[in-house]
Amino acid sequence: MNKPIDHAEASSEFIAASDHIEFHDRRLWDLRTKRDRATAAIPEWEELRTLASQIKEHTLTHLADYLEQFERQAQANGATVHWARDAAEHNQIVHDIMAARGAKSLVKSKSMLTDECEMRPFLEQRGIEVIETDLGERIQQLDDEPPSHIVVPAVHKLRTDVAEVFARTLGTDPNNSDVHYLAESQRRTTRPSFLSADAGMTGANFAIAETGAVVVCTNEGNADLSVHLPRLYIASIGIEKIIPRTEHLGVFVRMLSRSALGSPITQMTSHFRVPRPGTEMHIVLVDNGRADRLAMADFWYSLKCIRCGACMNTCPVYRRSGGLSYGATYSGPIGAIIDPTYNLRKYSTLPFASTLNGSCTNVCPVRINIHDQLYKWRQVIAERNALPFVKKQAMKMGGKLLASPRLYRIAVEAAGAGVEYLPRIMMYSRANAWGKQREVPAAPAMTFRQWWLKNRGKP
Amino acid sequence: MNTREEMLARMRRSQPAPVALPELPAFAQGGGAAAAGFDAFCEALQRMGGKIAPAPAGGDADAAVRALFPDAKVICSATPEVRGTRTLDPTQSPAALDDVDVGVVRAAFGVAETGSVLLTETELQVEALGFLAQHLVVLLDPAKVVATLHDAYRDPAFAQARYAILMTGPSATADIEGVLIHGAQGIRSLTLLPRAA
Repeated sequence: MNKPIDHAEASSEFIAASDHIEFHDRRLWDLRTKRDRATAAIPEWEELRTLASQIKEHTLTHLADYLEQFERQAQANGATVHWARDAAEHNQIVHDIMAARGAKSLVKSKSMLTDECEMRPFLEQRGIEVIETDLGERIQQLDDEPPSHIVVPAVHKLRTDVAEVFARTLGTDPNNSDVHYLAESQRRTTRPSFLSADAGMTGANFAIAETGAVVVCTNEGNADLSVHLPRLYIASIGIEKIIPRTEHLGVFVRMLSRSALGSPITQMTSHFRVPRPGTEMHIVLVDNGRADRLAMADFWYSLKCIRCGACMNTCPVYRRSGGLSYGATYSGPIGAIIDPTYNLRKYSTLPFASTLNGSCTNVCPVRINIHDQLYKWRQVIAERNALPFVKKQAMKMGGKLLASPRLYRIAVEAAGAGVEYLPRIMMYSRANAWGKQREVPAAPAMTFRQWWLKNRGKP
Repeated sequence: MNTREEMLARMRRSQPAPVALPELPAFAQGGGAAAAGFDAFCEALQRMGGKIAPAPAGGDADAAVRALFPDAKVICSATPEVRGTRTLDPTQSPAALDDVDVGVVRAAFGVAETGSVLLTETELQVEALGFLAQHLVVLLDPAKVVATLHDAYRDPAFAQARYAILMTGPSATADIEGVLIHGAQGIRSLTLLPRAA
């Protein structure tokens, strides 16, 4: 449980499947390109980012007051509000609500929070059937894998993989990997669950303090089906999802899907405020480490995140390693700065899964300084002596080398000469990760210093 | 201390120095694009997979819906302008709408920026109609289009309705290899029928 994730090793399996990684890289870059086109069409885009950041910072610095306001409003609307310190309390509350009403089946839309809480196995072990109704999340549930991306959970799978999973679990034709056939098969097999489920569940993209409304953004219509058919609706909400007023939705909804997929809005942007007559609405407000993160001077900004996934789509490391290699609910750049707050030892390699190019920060709709935080986490991890031995020794050597011009010159000249004559085994062995998937460029005939001395003058 | 009080106390201990709430600029306060064009709305809706039907000839919306879906067995309408084949009964279980081929509803207003229409329980009568029906026809008064989402969120429905949805085209998914499919879990198509209220 507490064993450190080896991100580089975990990604090697994904990298080895070359058609998968090639497609993964291309698909996510396509989302990034669509995002660029969508944001360029909004003249006030940068102003919206600043507003979104300020609204979130204001709310987070007044979080307790806004949650109390939200609770009052939700109760006035006829909803029941529950508070959960951690994942265990959240899961118990959901189970208790269902058990008290004899509810045995739950249809749910995608919620990273319930993945974070590992709610599904908890309920299943207690005899409750849980059906994920988002197509990507359903694929992952049936394949017994966590989602690899917070917006497109099965983005690491090809259609042939989905055909195999559905043939095994839904009884579809294993040789038919037509995407329309696969999606239709999931629609056909999920629909009876919507009609008969005892309870429905959603997460929340936003919760409005002023009105007590729970806002859920989906494209598939599955959240609305999960809420409008059963007689019991449960919404699980992380405490950082609160925003003060309805008018602030204008800012965030304009940005969310443009950042995520490049579309101006999700097909369905739903606002659930009052349970329909004869039904119940329960809201579970979950902390699970968020208040502790709020107290971290350098890292509380990550709580502004609206889970659009833009930082993942743009990240060269994420695109070429796949979300599962992070070994955590949240992957990519945002995961690499959130996960260490849950377990520093387990996730100590994740802040190193970045080139620090800063693209994540530039695409973030709420201006989280992601690459600064990655760098700060590296400092924290180095100070706590949590660096792997090889990296520590290499850094020590590098530090000595770079501190001494004489040593540096000798090393550079020797390396240039060395690469030419080294046997391949030394560059392309397991011990040297650099040599995987790439060739060393030809060493120039002379070093820059040698060229300068020859062409530009005196030493 | 119970869980609620403990959580709130912990948040109050953790909260960084207060940051002020920004005033929303003019573009978010009704000072945005002046002309809220119906044409712009139609273009945006089509980009999101919605269809635009011609305004019904002679103003007969019921005939227009039947002409759009000649093979439909069950047409269930939430607006008196269209009779359909079955009367919507809000006292029935919403699951009874499982066999509806075409649902019909009049939208409160449209949003030009995104091509969205606003529907609440007032328009839908039975919320599930907008999701269980295979296809949805939405009547919209071309004069009732606001420019941006900022304008949309100034509508009192978001504080007063039980449920409000900005619906933008049919349900969709691109979860397998990015292949776009209309008709994920909800409606397979959304057709807009322009008609003055």
